[in-house]
Amino acid sequence: MSIKVDPTKCNGCTLCVKACPVDAIEVKDKLAVIDLDKCTLCSACVSACRFKAISIEVDKQPAEDLQNYKDVWVFGEQRDGKVAPVVFELINVGRQLADDRSSELSVIILGDNLDEAVADLASYPVDKVYVYEAPELEIYDSERYCRVLTDVMRDYKPEIVLAGATTTGRSFMSGVAIRLYTGLTADCTGLEIGEDGLLHQTRPAYGGNIMATILCPYTRPQMATVRHKVFPTSAKRCEGEAEIIRLTPKPALFGSRSKFVDFVETVGEQGNLVDADIIISGGRGLGGPEGSAPIRELADELGAAVGASRAAVDAGWIPYAHQVGQTGKTVCPKIYIACGISGAVQHQVGLKSSDVIIAINRDPNAPVFDIATHGFVGDIFEVLPALTKKIKALRGAPADSCVIQ
Amino acid sequence: MKICCCIKQVPGTTEVKINPETNTLVREGVETQINPFDLYALEEAMRTKEKMAEAGEESTVTVISMGPPQAEDALREAISLGADRAILLSDRAFAGSDTWCTSYVLAKALEKIEPDLVFCGMQAIDGDTGQVGPGIAVHLDMAQTAYVAEVVSIDAKKMVAKRLIEEGYETVELKLPALCTVVKEINEPRTASLRGKMAAKKAEITQWGAAELETPEDKVGLAGSPTQVVKIMTPPCREGGEKFTGETPELVDKLYAELKCLEVV
Ligand SMILES: Cc1cc2nc3c(=O)[nH]c(=O)nc-3n(C[C@H](O)[C@H](O)[C@H](O)COP(=O)(O)OP(=O)(O)OC[C@H]3O[C@@H](n4cnc5c(N)ncnc54)[C@H](O)[C@@H]3O)c2cc1C
Repeated sequence: MSIKVDPTKCNGCTLCVKACPVDAIEVKDKLAVIDLDKCTLCSACVSACRFKAISIEVDKQPAEDLQNYKDVWVFGEQRDGKVAPVVFELINVGRQLADDRSSELSVIILGDNLDEAVADLASYPVDKVYVYEAPELEIYDSERYCRVLTDVMRDYKPEIVLAGATTTGRSFMSGVAIRLYTGLTADCTGLEIGEDGLLHQTRPAYGGNIMATILCPYTRPQMATVRHKVFPTSAKRCEGEAEIIRLTPKPALFGSRSKFVDFVETVGEQGNLVDADIIISGGRGLGGPEGSAPIRELADELGAAVGASRAAVDAGWIPYAHQVGQTGKTVCPKIYIACGISGAVQHQVGLKSSDVIIAINRDPNAPVFDIATHGFVGDIFEVLPALTKKIKALRGAPADSCVIQ
Repeated sequence: MKICCCIKQVPGTTEVKINPETNTLVREGVETQINPFDLYALEEAMRTKEKMAEAGEESTVTVISMGPPQAEDALREAISLGADRAILLSDRAFAGSDTWCTSYVLAKALEKIEPDLVFCGMQAIDGDTGQVGPGIAVHLDMAQTAYVAEVVSIDAKKMVAKRLIEEGYETVELKLPALCTVVKEINEPRTASLRGKMAAKKAEITQWGAAELETPEDKVGLAGSPTQVVKIMTPPCREGGEKFTGETPELVDKLYAELKCLEVV
């Protein structure tokens, strides 16, 4: 394993020096010199070099049995027999990948009493639905789910496995990849089959400041978790039928050192942030817990979820589950409305990929306006109630002139 | 009780900016910080130690970090915050580790310590995968749970933890040894005390490399990593659009018209 600079190609331009996140490169006598004690082999310089002068050599050969792996699998995450919305987005992108590889698309679902979920999945354009039912799997258990899915993967050898980047997918898929000694790319926002036949996985890192493309060249399956709402939901199937395959449970795999105690649902109160098409967020500008009322009222009117900046959460005005940003959630709704939020970088990273950002803030210099598609300099306590009133009054009225486009 | 906490040294976030000319990451200086989530993990480790002390059991909090030699700064900071002992896992051979190898190296170190409880952050703000904590637990074959928002109870044999998931809070009971990854809601980290700062200066940081951990060459670093980063790009910066000013009724009319165009009213 080594990183090399080709002296015949390097002209000392310093692009790599600027790209290096750990300051490991210096240009001496018009040649880039890499400090191997500092270098983390992150490959940022390799991408930055316009002259292809830097290379990282990997001395691993593809294992011979890679050809034995076929098909694209989607993990059919469910809760109480209801399939998670992201699964239907995975079916959409999974179908494309399977077609590109001239292979099949399967969904695997773990749980108990899954008839409805299975019928639902089978109504989408998948070739097979693998059903693994056992009372022990009714409720998600990271240890059991990990062991069971690993076992099924070993038997069926899919080439590609996709799961939602949900709290479930992100945590237990890691374990599956560990057990299979294969790669797992987190939170992908782009997936395609390259000319090399490999899955090219693109994902944000450094809070969305960079996009990295990641391959898993030497091991199978190629595994990825995929962010919500990046891919559109699949259309239902228009022809044919999915084959339903019931797997025989292996109770030996059901041992676990954790036990479910209870579950308290809280989303009812203010909507599920990650699934929401519209999010209305409040910040320090709310001024107090009662300040969130105009936000909640507008959210009710629009069927939106309520979000918050860290300031509003730390002050105790809105619960942590609603925090958007670096130490909270990353969201990508169609419309994000930031109310009384200054827009610090740490907040911005959590919402930057929203389709449309609307900001309402009294301070015309608030950084939030630097990223807002539409900025409104005004007082949220005047604008929001008046807007809610107007929406109520005009509900169903014909479209008048558009300001945008 | 032996309590461990895994911390990662990450860039001070605000410094990650894009140079519009070269379209690359700009990092003025080499300022770093402890990954914010790991501060909550460390705080919970210390609170657990305190809780166990009330129940009459002595505990130690060991912080571990895998990284380049300068990750020692993060470990010293952890000691200033109250950790008892720090171990740096640093070796050329570890460079380029993906989450498989990172969790493997951390697991090899933990194996030597045989902890009862391990705390990790829910994710690191740079790599941002959230895969390392759960990965460690699988390497070590111990009980685990992710996204913990509250440790409801703990004794020498088991813990009850409340985890924050999309739809609400799930409570689970885990047999020890166990690993938890934590979210911000779990606590409010303390700041360093004067005594802590003194201790941090004097502390001896244990260093373990591939030899001490007995990690085979082909299981660590770039060589051992199943994933390979092949391209890094900077996405176009998002730019602000029009900014409207005016009297409230005017603003409301414009805002309403926009929502109408977006077909949500
Ligand atoms: C642009 C880019 C993209 C990447 N994408 C992927 C990917 O998709 N899949 C993949 O497998 N690898 C990926 N990697 C590699 C990954 O960043 C490293 O493996 C990294 O060391 C750990 O992953 P993380 O930062 O995501 O940590 P996380 O899994 O997010 O960290 C969770 C917790 O684990 C603990 N922890 C993490 N790292 C350390 C450490 N070094 N020392 C001590 N404790 C630690 C901390 O408690 C932390 O809070 C990527 C790297 C880069 C540069």
